[in-house]
Amino acid sequence: MAAATKPFIVNRMPGFGTMAIAVFLMLYLPISLLIIFSFNERESLAVWGGFSWRWYEAAWQNRDIKDAAFRSLWLAGFAATIATAAATLAAIATTRGKPFLGMTTVYAVINMPLMVPEIVTAVALLIFFAWIKVATGYTGAAYLVAAHAAFCVPFAYLPIRARLESMDATLEVAAADLYASPWQAFRRITLPLLWPGIIAGFMLAFVISLDDVVITEHIKSAGMETLPTYMLGQLRRSMSPEVNAVSAIFFLLSVVLVTFFFFLNRKK
Amino acid sequence: MTAAREVAEAAERRDVRNRWYLTAPALIIIMLAAIGPLFIMVVYSFLGKGDYGGVTAAFSTDAWFGVLLERDIFDDTLGFADAHMIIFWRSVRLAGVTTILTLLLGFPTAYFITTRPEKQRDIWLFLVTIPFWTNLLIRTFAIQELIRRDGIINNVLTGLGIVDEPLQMLNTDFAIGLGMVYVYLPLMVLPIYASMEKLDFRMVEAGYDLYAGRLAVLRRIIIPLVKPGIIAGSILVFIPALGAYVAPALLGGGRNMMISNLISLQFGQGRNWPLGAALSITLMAIVMVALLVYVRNASRSSARAH
Amino acid sequence: MWQRGVAPLTAGNATCKLAAGFTSKNKTQDLILAGDRMVSAAAVEAKNVTKIFGVGQDGVRALDRVSVTIRENEFFTLLGPSGCGKTTLLRLIAGFDFPTEGEILLYGQDIAPLPPYKRPVNTVFQNYSLFPHMTVGQNIGFGLEMLGKPKAEVDARVTEMLRLVRMEELRNRKTSQISGGQQQRVALARALAPQPKVLLLDEPLSALDYKLRKDMQIELKRLQNETGITFIFVTHDQEEALTMSDRIAVMSKGHILQVGSPREIYDHPAERFVANFIGETNFLKGDVAGIAGGKADVRLAGGTAVAATLPEGFAPNGGVTVVIRPEHAQVAPAGGRATLNGTVENVVYFGTDTHIHLRLDEGGEFIVRQQNSRDRPVTVVQGDKAGVLIGDNVAQVLRD
Repeated sequence: MAAATKPFIVNRMPGFGTMAIAVFLMLYLPISLLIIFSFNERESLAVWGGFSWRWYEAAWQNRDIKDAAFRSLWLAGFAATIATAAATLAAIATTRGKPFLGMTTVYAVINMPLMVPEIVTAVALLIFFAWIKVATGYTGAAYLVAAHAAFCVPFAYLPIRARLESMDATLEVAAADLYASPWQAFRRITLPLLWPGIIAGFMLAFVISLDDVVITEHIKSAGMETLPTYMLGQLRRSMSPEVNAVSAIFFLLSVVLVTFFFFLNRKK
Repeated sequence: MTAAREVAEAAERRDVRNRWYLTAPALIIIMLAAIGPLFIMVVYSFLGKGDYGGVTAAFSTDAWFGVLLERDIFDDTLGFADAHMIIFWRSVRLAGVTTILTLLLGFPTAYFITTRPEKQRDIWLFLVTIPFWTNLLIRTFAIQELIRRDGIINNVLTGLGIVDEPLQMLNTDFAIGLGMVYVYLPLMVLPIYASMEKLDFRMVEAGYDLYAGRLAVLRRIIIPLVKPGIIAGSILVFIPALGAYVAPALLGGGRNMMISNLISLQFGQGRNWPLGAALSITLMAIVMVALLVYVRNASRSSARAH
Repeated sequence: MWQRGVAPLTAGNATCKLAAGFTSKNKTQDLILAGDRMVSAAAVEAKNVTKIFGVGQDGVRALDRVSVTIRENEFFTLLGPSGCGKTTLLRLIAGFDFPTEGEILLYGQDIAPLPPYKRPVNTVFQNYSLFPHMTVGQNIGFGLEMLGKPKAEVDARVTEMLRLVRMEELRNRKTSQISGGQQQRVALARALAPQPKVLLLDEPLSALDYKLRKDMQIELKRLQNETGITFIFVTHDQEEALTMSDRIAVMSKGHILQVGSPREIYDHPAERFVANFIGETNFLKGDVAGIAGGKADVRLAGGTAVAATLPEGFAPNGGVTVVIRPEHAQVAPAGGRATLNGTVENVVYFGTDTHIHLRLDEGGEFIVRQQNSRDRPVTVVQGDKAGVLIGDNVAQVLRD
């Protein structure tokens, strides 16, 4: 004679499950449609005309796109490398040992780019670089690299610091006890254990740099398009489904990176 | 005795010095390319505007006046800059609405994830994180595609005969709000989840045991205990929403500007760099105030817990 | 005869009062002791309750066709090692989980369709589960608030409860700022405040240190006596169970092995597990020579026969195991009247008693516990040949 009524489950809230599933569907619907229509034979973004690779081919042929993509990638690579290196050093300095005078200020400065709205940083840099341009005449890519490196530092810093904090501090003490110099201890003990955090920081910085549109858009010199700024330009004017194809590829890249990131965290 | 202490102190001083060296690269990069320029911007906000953009060397408070006020071109009286007012109000309104909507949608989502069995939770978090890491432009663009006049939603609606004419959804405040909710939703879910994960569900059981119905348990037990996460999520959504650039640019068309578009305009067609600088500082000030409120609230609630 | 109509199952409708004018439970005691089991009403009844966690091959049978009747006004204990299902059964009664099969009745009504907030049953949780964002007073008043009682009534009851557990001055303290023992009392007050018909206690004393635990045991017993609320107490501590309970249900691996008063459980364990779990026991093998008048004549391996009590409804023949408590046997000179003979292996002094370990001639160990009294001191020493005297009716035949 089992109970015929619905059993009471403690941690269930009526409606929440449905809403959550709806949210998940909503999160993926727009992007899924975008990806699906990137394979559309027709130029329309709403009417399906059959499966086709044409937009991917067109994107591949498009020199502007290739140019922008290439620039985005090396910019992200450079910026992320610089940012990660600086962040690693800073993380080590601020995590181990006694707090030194001014450490909170250092911490605040490093995290500042996270708190300042992007547009504000963008125009501030616009002003600053314009002034330097007038003073020196240089209009190269260094501005972009510097700007990207700067706002990537806090993004690289946080995972590295988190990893450092969760590491057993006594390991380095043990190494010292076994006659290791600080540099050796760092190289043989800290660094290998810190490596996943550094990689996580680099990946985060890389993605953030790839992603950036507001700052890049305002400080770029003419002709120096990154992929996001190119797309922004396209989206503002006419629509070209090549942008769809590019978006789909971008999305795939994000998925790959996030999956990698998740596995990295899992192994811990 | 003192010799040993001297050695120790020297070592400590060296240690501190080394640490400064280590943080130097990060500090330099950020000061040069992120923070330093802010000071220059402050200076610029007090200069006169140049004819072709840029600034003149003259001191002027015109820019600061221009943030809120404007001179009527006909009778030269000072009145409120209506255009600016509308933009400020739109930004605050949309940021607020976005925050509330993401809260209403994100809270049940975070709850759902928290109440999944342990092994499943990672997968759900993974699913929330992917959109979060996807390019902002792409996500906004995806919404644009959805709601255009010749977009999918309109096609479905006209095709099914629900409407005769395609709906005008793009280039409206609604579109911007929709875009921002879509983009910032993960930013609300994750902090709330982080807070909920720490919730001891035995307390929920205790609530039910003591005659609290579902709504009462939610209101009196779950929400108060998850408040830090809710506040964190709200800040993480409100501040970027306030300073949003891409969503209003792509979804609002040229007309429905928010603060960041207004600022950007001053450095483009508007050719009023000092005004742009002043507006930027105003935006920063609002953000700082919001952050301060959050920090004060966060430390007070953690103090209360102890 | 206790009349029980179809009383609406709301907590406000309790027959017990607090502080002043308690319903005495002595009448119930007399009735039970008189062996008249049908007389008092069943407060909680489990009928063939099974609970399976998980599905298929990985399913865990936490409860397997468990049936038990818990009477009104009694202090009933579920006793067993961890994993035996006692907490699961408690949670089913509270409503935090639902039985896979079987029924649970509260005063004769099936409570399966009722969620926990509709059952006049309150729980004292093992970890207290006090609400950290509320004060002591707010915690205690929470149940009444949820029931919609007016503020004045809630405040009055909170004052009453604080006085009951002697914590008046902590009313406005945050629960995170009080000690473990104080938290325990708050949890108790919180669960008692709405005057439930049944109070469930899930190992509430396990986190307390020894002295505090002993004090609380007395407190709980007193409270149960005064309020007349049915207490269902879960513990793995057999001493706790023996001292506090009116009746005990010994559980293992999802089954109830035996239900009875502490004395019955201790003196007449029906199963090996029960005999082992509670107190110390001696196990002896023997053969049933005959059964007369509810007792069995068991011939022990050594040759002598003892009269042993039988578990209800059990009439074995052939080989059985009997159990004898160490304090129910006596050391005697070897040979002669001794039931068993052996050699003293060890004499352990415990202050109040002495344990004498003997190795029996026919193999096996036997422990005798003797109180250290002045006029009858322990005289044997290690190596002595000695005998064990087992009287009639101290041996119990086991079901397995």
